Amino acid sequence: MRYDKPISMTPLDARRIVAQPVDRVDGPAKLSGAATYSYEYHEEVPGAAYGMIVPAAIAKGRIVAIDSAAAEAAEGVLMVMTHRNAPRQGSGGDAAPQLVGSEIAHHGQAVALVVAETFEQARHAAGLVRVDYEREPGRFDLAEAERQARPPRGGEHRMGDFEAAFAASPFAVDVSYTTPDQAHAMMEPHASIARWDGDRLTLWSAQQLPDWSVGDIAATLAMPSEHIRIISRFIGGGFGGKISVYADAILSALAARALGRPVKLALTRQQIFNGTSHRPATIQRLRLGCDAEGRLLAIGHDSVSGNLPGRSFEEGAASQTRLLYAAPNRLIRNRKAVLDLAPAASMRAPGEAAGLLALECALDELAEKAGIDPVEMRVINDTPHDPERGPARPFSSRKLVEALREGQRRFGWERRDPVPCRVRDGRWLVGMGVASAIRENYVVEAKARVRLDGQGRLTVETSMTDIGTGSYTILAQVAAEAMGLPLDAVTVRLGDTRLPRGPGSGGSWGANSAGTAVYDACMALRDMLAQKAGLNSTDARFEGGMMHGGGRSLALAELAGEGVSAEGEMLPGGLTQSYAQASFGAHFAEVGVAIDSGEVRLRRMLGVFAAGRLLNPKTARSQAIGGMVFGVGAALMEANVVDRRHGLFINHDLAEYHVPAHADLPDIDAIFLDEEDDKSTPLKTKGVGELGICGAGAAIANAIHNACGVRVRDYPVTLDKLLDGLPPIG
Amino acid sequence: MRLSLTVNGEARVLELDPRTTLLDMLREHLRLTGSKKGCDHGQCGACTVLVEGRRLYSCLSLAVMHEGEAVTTIEGIGGKDALHPMQRAFLRHDGFQCGYCTPGQICSAIAVLEEMAAGRPSHATEDLEAAPPLTDAELRERMSGNLCRCAAYPNIIAAIREVAGA
Repeated sequence: MRYDKPISMTPLDARRIVAQPVDRVDGPAKLSGAATYSYEYHEEVPGAAYGMIVPAAIAKGRIVAIDSAAAEAAEGVLMVMTHRNAPRQGSGGDAAPQLVGSEIAHHGQAVALVVAETFEQARHAAGLVRVDYEREPGRFDLAEAERQARPPRGGEHRMGDFEAAFAASPFAVDVSYTTPDQAHAMMEPHASIARWDGDRLTLWSAQQLPDWSVGDIAATLAMPSEHIRIISRFIGGGFGGKISVYADAILSALAARALGRPVKLALTRQQIFNGTSHRPATIQRLRLGCDAEGRLLAIGHDSVSGNLPGRSFEEGAASQTRLLYAAPNRLIRNRKAVLDLAPAASMRAPGEAAGLLALECALDELAEKAGIDPVEMRVINDTPHDPERGPARPFSSRKLVEALREGQRRFGWERRDPVPCRVRDGRWLVGMGVASAIRENYVVEAKARVRLDGQGRLTVETSMTDIGTGSYTILAQVAAEAMGLPLDAVTVRLGDTRLPRGPGSGGSWGANSAGTAVYDACMALRDMLAQKAGLNSTDARFEGGMMHGGGRSLALAELAGEGVSAEGEMLPGGLTQSYAQASFGAHFAEVGVAIDSGEVRLRRMLGVFAAGRLLNPKTARSQAIGGMVFGVGAALMEANVVDRRHGLFINHDLAEYHVPAHADLPDIDAIFLDEEDDKSTPLKTKGVGELGICGAGAAIANAIHNACGVRVRDYPVTLDKLLDGLPPIG
Repeated sequence: MRLSLTVNGEARVLELDPRTTLLDMLREHLRLTGSKKGCDHGQCGACTVLVEGRRLYSCLSLAVMHEGEAVTTIEGIGGKDALHPMQRAFLRHDGFQCGYCTPGQICSAIAVLEEMAAGRPSHATEDLEAAPPLTDAELRERMSGNLCRCAAYPNIIAAIREVAGA
């Protein structure tokens, strides 16, 4: 179906199964260790040899010599592949060709692959490969690279006379914020097993967007897409880190072809940090001006981020500012600089996650200057329509103000003292902060198939993935509700590119897009079943495993006979042009700052969100909290530390790149407001997976300022940046 | 090297490269892939198993160090159709998302409750003489060796609390 006009009523509105907090259908498999991740297909692919890459030890320059003799002679070694013997590869996709020359573009790039009979032999031999390099100077400092930053892609977004309005604003701030490079740090490392059957390649590989990956790999291996199959049934987290294709997939495929034997290859945790992608650092300048009532007169948001030469991705950290607040005079632009660090790419809420860390703190700075409560400041500047396009483009739904008000009430915002340093709890200075959340709603093309068998069981098939998001569960709910079947009569098969093309997991579009394709397939199946019984589908009611209509009740199992199947698809229409679409929310955080050490502890946190109809409130809440905790990390601890002499992230493991642990999380909760959005899809939902991170870190940084009076504009807010500004101990 | 040990109640004899970690022995030799490799450096906890009833990062331990010992992995705790009460509590409270850290979290959670029942203190224990109280602070401290990037943390703590009857 092309979704170009809202459907106000659907069979899903009954909400018997959809919108209920059911347990994850893939839970028992995951909880018992029976769920199979990419490196674990022993039964399907017996006898795989083990690969281990050798990463480049310089950031820029060239290989002048490689001595692989010792590695080749080591016990168990089957092959050593370097640029001297690697096959020619194509390019054009987002799967970088591997070992194609002596040039080094970034630290951690593979310079050799060792394959051996066992993992231990491969790891040992990888350490025996000797590589001599010639270093060249590289660009590793964003602040320096900013001077050559490229003009904005797609132009800058101007409205009114920003410069004049900003200069004339009674209250104004002009501040710069910096956010660091960050790591996805999903728990499962990038891993692939490759097997060739003649000229056909099967990759068991952790890919968030397996169909995109097939196209990219086909370009790199210079072979037809139809000859590649990717299986990604379970993926141990992605957060954007498994969107592009990395060395594990390409090199396992090349080695398996050369050896005539399956090859499995996982990147080590250390190799992931510099050898794959990350969220790039940003430098952002915020110029905000308002009148005495707090109404924004001018919004200026500039952001710059870096990436390798030739890479198109940039962190669009200023972009969400186009939609969040009203103001008649606006200047919003992103720029990209060239750096020679590892590739920059999408990480959970690319754009908003970094952008709101800056915007939502700068807005607090302005509110403080104007003497306005931070919650009121946000309410005052709410907008019912796209601020650039005016009333011609209203929001499809927008509950920012409701979220702020609900959070304000539940969190006890009235207890907040607007003057910093006045609330003490023993050695802790205590403060509260707020921030808005916005994440644009994306819906993309998707296909699915449903098949009803003679036992009345329904199988749903799409190459959509479940990276922890709950896809297995919510697609089963949609299908069960649409067909009037119990949940346990539905089996969902995902993560196999032989299945109808799903949208993959990215951009928070998965549930909505894949779910609509499943819904569409079910509606087609209902038509077919009704026709079989000589009914109009509009006269048929599907409930309790039966079809009722025309005075009869027929069991779906009988109607199915030998089995009947239908396909469905989602084709986005013009509704995203005619309506601005986004999920919204508000974060509230309370922190303690130790007056003697500057240590920050989160004390409690609440997120209030509105994201359309929740297909499953239980999994949606979990995702929202998960996003908020990413924000806790961004505010307090996460940073890839750049070694500016040698051009690498030096804290490249999970002991030195800190992600929040159990003990870092106090009471934290997320609630959702009732909302349905039929401009989005017939499911009436909007994106959930990334909303939680948007603004979360800013609420914490604002709470820190409220606690101790120090405004840190360089994330993460670690104690060394607070210490000098703390009040005297008394 | 030859190694004899018990895994999930079953006697096993293996011929192993002495460099093989306990984790790789489980995953690559016994094909018990429920124990996960997240970092291979004892930094994430995904590989947590029970050895002689105590939790251990199996990636930090060589297999041959466990001659004659009894190892329990997630597969030995409860299967898909016969979940352990801790696994059922994780399911009810949605204490997992991608599932990759989950077997380690469950092994740790079971061991934590046994450690507390045995009166072993943690960094969060204020009174070293008394039995450690079943507080969220105690549970969070004791579970902090198991990272979850999906951040199912509050749900995991709720699940453990329920099993502990706290």
